[in-house]
Amino acid sequence: MHVSKHIVSVIQNIGHRVIESVWRLGVGSRFFLLVLLKSGTSLRRFNLVIRELYFTGVLSLIIIVVSGLFVGMVLGLQGYETLQKYGSESAVGTLVALSLVRELGPVVAALLFASRAGSAITAEIGLMKATEQLAAMGLMAVDPVARVVAPRFWAGVISMPLLAAIFSVMGVLGGYLVTVVFIGVDQGTYWSQMQSAVDFRFDILNGFIKSCFFGVAIAAIAVFEGYDAPPTAEGVSGATTRTVVTSSLAILGLDFILTAFMFRGVS
Amino acid sequence: MQRTTLDLWVGIFVIIGIAALMILSLKVGNLNLSGSTQSYVITGNFENIGGLKVRAPVKSAGVVVGRVTNIQFSTQTYDAIVTMDMDSRFLFPKDTFASILTSGLLGEQYIGLSAGGEGVMLKEGDKIMKTNSAMVLEELIGRFLFDKASE
Repeated sequence: MHVSKHIVSVIQNIGHRVIESVWRLGVGSRFFLLVLLKSGTSLRRFNLVIRELYFTGVLSLIIIVVSGLFVGMVLGLQGYETLQKYGSESAVGTLVALSLVRELGPVVAALLFASRAGSAITAEIGLMKATEQLAAMGLMAVDPVARVVAPRFWAGVISMPLLAAIFSVMGVLGGYLVTVVFIGVDQGTYWSQMQSAVDFRFDILNGFIKSCFFGVAIAAIAVFEGYDAPPTAEGVSGATTRTVVTSSLAILGLDFILTAFMFRGVS
Repeated sequence: MQRTTLDLWVGIFVIIGIAALMILSLKVGNLNLSGSTQSYVITGNFENIGGLKVRAPVKSAGVVVGRVTNIQFSTQTYDAIVTMDMDSRFLFPKDTFASILTSGLLGEQYIGLSAGGEGVMLKEGDKIMKTNSAMVLEELIGRFLFDKASE
């Protein structure tokens, strides 16, 4: 009797968690639609978005540039080490460019963006809620979703693809630096092998589309977690953590799905 | 922070981002900005295409003159129909010879065209009559062994 009671409570616990997460997903999706509906004003008053672009985009530049450079350098070094065993070190440009443009550029830039800018967005909105700034706006008949949330969302959506492109370019330059300048692979081979293998439609455009999807996902998760945070110090810190964890998982999951759709049947 | 400084930084950020996209497209992806060049479509029937894939280059004298756009199996002739998109700057005679070649020992496979001597050129929708199949390693070894045995 006691054992069966225990089993029932375990199953109840599972059910509770599932219902809770589905409910949260629903609230999140409705909030996402609300943000889209109310973004008309923020897109008309574009100064609000520009201010947020400074905080999410410009301030993320350093980390993106430096990590892109180092990821490219490591790719060049490791790729060269492996490829030279088969005597095909001339293909190192192809390796660096394809891995960056297809996968590493969008994904690593998105992970960095989620932890650098997504967490900041959540903490800011969460703290505004905790200090009742959002409620005060509501009292002044200023819609906090249109005034605070939507500009941050659009700033995230706009900066993500740009940052991913900058990451990829820096990575290609990093690979060039290590393999051509330091190791001494012929520079003509580096570029020409890369250009013959990288396709605009299948590689660069698909990478760009990926980074757009990641931008929407990160921005939506970040503003929702901030807006939904319990108005306490603990609540805001929990929401910030959830933003980073949820958006990282969302990026990796989305990446798999998008890759499966985009590169199936190609090459 | 001043409005103007903010605008300046965001402007710089957006310009750098768009420049990065342009570099990716032009320098890394080798996108041809002169637009879609005029092209014409020809087909060829191959007995065996080996590892030829869609988007493989069509080369003549080592220069890329077109791309493979489609590979299908014909149930009438029981061979492969390869459709090629050719750059219309390059015209080939009707009796051009198409063979499936491999770049390097283990490289990708491509179609090599060697021009014939006829005066009439291939045009949209034409079919290359003279084709040479891909080299299949097993067949090659088999033939070699057979030749050795018959010596």
